[in-house]
Amino acid sequence: MSNGIEQTLPAEEAPTAAKIDTPFRRFLSDFFDSPVATGATIVLGCIIFIALFAPLISPTDPYDLATVSVLDGKLPPGAESMDGMTFWLGTDGAGRDLVSAMFYGLRISLGVGVMSGIIAMCIGATVGLAAAYFGGRTDNLIMRLVDIQLSFPSILVALILLAVLGKGVDKIVIALVIAQWAYYARTVRGSALVERSKEYIEAATCLALGHKRIVFRHLLPNCLPPLIVVGTIQTAHAISLEATLSFLGVGLPVSEPSLGLLIANGFDYMLSGRYWISFFPGIALLITIVTINLVGDKLRDVLNPRLQR
Amino acid sequence: MTVFIIRRLMQSVVVVLLMSFLVFGGVNLVGDPVEMMVSDEADQEERERVIRSMGLDKPWYAQYGYFVINALEGDLGKSFVYGEPALQIIVHHIPATFELALTALVMAIVIGIPLGVYAGLKNETKAAKVIMAGSILGFSLPTFWVGLMFIMVFAVMLGWLPSTGRGETVPFLGMQVSFFTMDGLRHLLLPALNLALFKISLVIRLSRAGTREAVHQDYIKFARAKGLSTRRVIFVHLMKNILIPVVTVLGLEFGALIAFSVVTETVFAWPGMGKLIIDSIQNLDRPVIVAYLMIIVIIFVIINLVVDVLYSILDPRVRLQDVKG
Repeated sequence: MSNGIEQTLPAEEAPTAAKIDTPFRRFLSDFFDSPVATGATIVLGCIIFIALFAPLISPTDPYDLATVSVLDGKLPPGAESMDGMTFWLGTDGAGRDLVSAMFYGLRISLGVGVMSGIIAMCIGATVGLAAAYFGGRTDNLIMRLVDIQLSFPSILVALILLAVLGKGVDKIVIALVIAQWAYYARTVRGSALVERSKEYIEAATCLALGHKRIVFRHLLPNCLPPLIVVGTIQTAHAISLEATLSFLGVGLPVSEPSLGLLIANGFDYMLSGRYWISFFPGIALLITIVTINLVGDKLRDVLNPRLQR
Repeated sequence: MTVFIIRRLMQSVVVVLLMSFLVFGGVNLVGDPVEMMVSDEADQEERERVIRSMGLDKPWYAQYGYFVINALEGDLGKSFVYGEPALQIIVHHIPATFELALTALVMAIVIGIPLGVYAGLKNETKAAKVIMAGSILGFSLPTFWVGLMFIMVFAVMLGWLPSTGRGETVPFLGMQVSFFTMDGLRHLLLPALNLALFKISLVIRLSRAGTREAVHQDYIKFARAKGLSTRRVIFVHLMKNILIPVVTVLGLEFGALIAFSVVTETVFAWPGMGKLIIDSIQNLDRPVIVAYLMIIVIIFVIINLVVDVLYSILDPRVRLQDVKG
């Protein structure tokens, strides 16, 4: 149990030993043990693929004014366009193919979510490590700040910031980072406090290694498993939050049509029974969030030594 | 205890001050404060009056002082859109939001606890697995999209319930409430359920976990061994013990409900604080934005303070640790 965390960690060792049961192999076999997690990983892989290559695989370019015709507007799923192309999921008010619009929207939603997740993780992890490593006053001050911030729901923090900052991609990333860093900081501090009291940190301190080296080379790698789990779940949360804020009209500008904005556009047409413009982007958003959460859940089960047999 | 409350009070004051600083900075330093506080149609005379009243010729700390003094007197400017004091407008919108949040809270308890207890007792059954899968879905579903789908299904397709606005209200304790009219309740049902969905999932998980833990405890075994009926064991012995954590967490979550009502109110055009702030952001009604931000922070600080104090009464370890630390 005491070294359980380290065992599941080093990914680089995997290729060196072909037949030996390496930690990484054990992790993989544990992870793909469950059909739900395997399925979720595959779906998530597809979603990431779509997001990365949206311009290449979309049937049409939904933001190319030359090919989009208003005459094709508000067509139901499966209808054909003026020039004989099938819109599998219909079109929106401006005549854009919904499949293509969703591919592009996914790209923006995932991009914003992942970017803010990574920045928040870097800031949160550094702050959390500093709190745990230095302790005392630094720890007190940082954790007080984290406590205060976590007493406000993240949507409120983001809303307050956006009300002051205004719209824009950079602004929503800033808002999401500020709304989420505290979750990372608290997680990392928690596991770093446990690790700090172990012998290898003591040994590193006795070798008179620098603070920076001890924190980033010794402490950080051993705090990674919980950080990865929180990272996946917070990224899903960030995507959902961005969609919500964009839907409310305080997030992304109209020039960056994420899934949330697509759903907001469809809202106007819904009362007249044209459900598909809001429905399908919502399903895409839902699938993205659910698969990330499922993968995160399984990661938590596999990476947590306490839950292992 | 007194030390603990004084500490918490001081912390609350610091948070409100920090927030006022952020709002002040956002409004006065990032943008042009005159542009922010005067509507675009104002003439030169009005502009100069505002510049003088805000003391914009003074250094920033003096300006901040003016802002705080005005705020303490309840003067946060007049709304450009409604032409009334911003603070008054916000206060008018508070009852609708609280009504929505309270109904959602009750729904979360009434729906969540029975489902959670069932899932905990009949852990291996299909129904229990469906409930748990449903709760994962409830966590993942974006609130605003579920709201849209509710409108789509129940208002547009089936035509059972109205989709927007608040129904008929009657005055009760000096507030307008919609609990006592059929029309009011019909309007309340969809938005409240939408807001409650996330909390229902939370309550299901909490009460399931509580039940699973409690069924192995000695007091349940003893109650069974005594020959009590299953019903009595569940509703008296089990319930009492799982209710404490569930209710505590829900109390904490009341603030989150108020925050998330921004989303639900926008979807269902519910005339509460949340819809007001979104409209104000879109109309660039800056005095209302500033007033909303200050009020919501104060509401949250009060909720957190009350929860902390109640918690420390229930669990003395919390306050002892805090005084030591």
